[in-house]
Amino acid sequence: MSIEETEHEIIEEFETFDDWMQKYEYIIDLGKSLPLIDGKYKTADHLIKGCQSQVWLHSEKKEGKVFFTADSDAIITKGMVALMIRVLSGHTPDEIMNAKLDFVEKIGLTQHLSPTRSNGLVSMIKQMKMDAIAYKAKN
Amino acid sequence: MTEVKTIQKANIDIQKIRTDFPILSRKVNGKPLVYFDNGATAQKPQQVIDAIDNYYKDKNANIHRGVHTLSQEITVCYENARSTIQKHLNAKHSHEIIFTSGTTASINLVASSFGKKFISKGDEIIISAMEHHSNILPWQVLCEEKGALLKVIPINDSGELLMDEYKKLLSDKTKIVAITHISNTLGTINPIKEIIELAHAKNIPVMIDGAQAVPHTSVDVQALDCDFYVFSGHKLFGPTGVGILYGKEKWLNEIPPYQVGGGTIKTVTFEKTEYADLPLKFEAGTPHIEGGVGLAVAIDYVNEIGLSKIAAYEHELLIHATDALQKIEGVKIIGTAKNKASVISFVVDGLHPFDIGTILDQLGIAVRTGHHCTQPLMKRFGIQGTIRASFAFYNTIEEIEEFIIGLNRAIKMLK
Repeated sequence: MSIEETEHEIIEEFETFDDWMQKYEYIIDLGKSLPLIDGKYKTADHLIKGCQSQVWLHSEKKEGKVFFTADSDAIITKGMVALMIRVLSGHTPDEIMNAKLDFVEKIGLTQHLSPTRSNGLVSMIKQMKMDAIAYKAKN
Repeated sequence: MTEVKTIQKANIDIQKIRTDFPILSRKVNGKPLVYFDNGATAQKPQQVIDAIDNYYKDKNANIHRGVHTLSQEITVCYENARSTIQKHLNAKHSHEIIFTSGTTASINLVASSFGKKFISKGDEIIISAMEHHSNILPWQVLCEEKGALLKVIPINDSGELLMDEYKKLLSDKTKIVAITHISNTLGTINPIKEIIELAHAKNIPVMIDGAQAVPHTSVDVQALDCDFYVFSGHKLFGPTGVGILYGKEKWLNEIPPYQVGGGTIKTVTFEKTEYADLPLKFEAGTPHIEGGVGLAVAIDYVNEIGLSKIAAYEHELLIHATDALQKIEGVKIIGTAKNKASVISFVVDGLHPFDIGTILDQLGIAVRTGHHCTQPLMKRFGIQGTIRASFAFYNTIEEIEEFIIGLNRAIKMLK
């Protein structure tokens, strides 16, 4: 599935929610079900510092594609991280670098991406793209 | 919001007061706004909004410079604002009131100018464990520059200063004490009179960070005998971008200017500049004119209600919220000093403050989450951050009840 197709799938899922409660409950569930990052990657090197919540991100490249794992100390941030990973993980560096990620706006969660939010998510997306650029440069 | 109860004991007309603050009637995420982030910034009454509006519509001109009518009118207005602030703080002279851009700027001014003149290698500066970063960093930078040492008064588990430790820290090497009046994170009201007396017994000047105090309590700088007292306008229901540095005339005359430029001088040649008298010596450049004027209006507004009534009312809010929070399983209040302002910080077992703040926001309830610019204090309590509800006199018992319902809902969702 392409990045755009996954984004579209997420938008459709969110369309079924009637109110903000359902939406956040879903994100909280996603946060709880995010596969754990390997303990050895939960270090200062992998920490993306946000003012409010912290995110740990690890990436690796297999057969030309980049795979991400991550964790956060806040569950809503973790749910948002899970969405980002679902969209971006398993794609080529070029696809990741060019992803617009406008699904966030369409599912009504743009406030999590505003620069004032400082929840580490904006920095995480930036880091995911930086990792992709780094892998591309290595080739 | 349903009918708003009046707390009889405190005797303030909450219905009327709320109508003075237009923002309180707006909705957030479809819910009536419950604004409990007053410690970060307070809302503005219509009177202050009108003053700013009127300034641009009818009064705009530069001050202290023009011979023309507009300039003279606004100069009088601005200087009247200074006098209002002088009277409010009971300062001896109006030139002891310096307009700055806020508490942070005021502290930077004191640290820089006082430091230039009076701090040298091996000297000591005393702050406390509950300071806002704004009352740590300027002193830290000064210490690094001069080779001086920063000494920190520790606190107990309730969030009260250990006064015996303070006494031990005061020495011949101490050159200044810089302490918060009320903790922005814990709400602790510090015994600043005693702190000042103890320092003065050793001829050490004291600067008080009053950012969190001025909205809740009256301050008499002469009775306190403090050497510097600083605060921001925006937390006192005035405009953002304006703040005050009160300094005793003696000190303000002794320390050098901070920023220099237009307005701070008597004569300038390329060889030498003679600086202006107080307060202009410290007010370089065109100031935040409407900010100063608006702040005076805010002070008049607060005084019309009466700070003692405000303090009594807010104390009721604090007690109500504290009782209600303590009934919720897993909630722990951080900062349980005997003497507290209407600020409550708390954590919930196993839950991140950010998550709780996010859910409360969905319910139209504005609280602050995080470390509140007091990271060393968070470290002292062994936590990453808290959820902070801080009340103003326009908040109500009903809003606290909404907040408690919202908090219970957030906990249920997140657990």
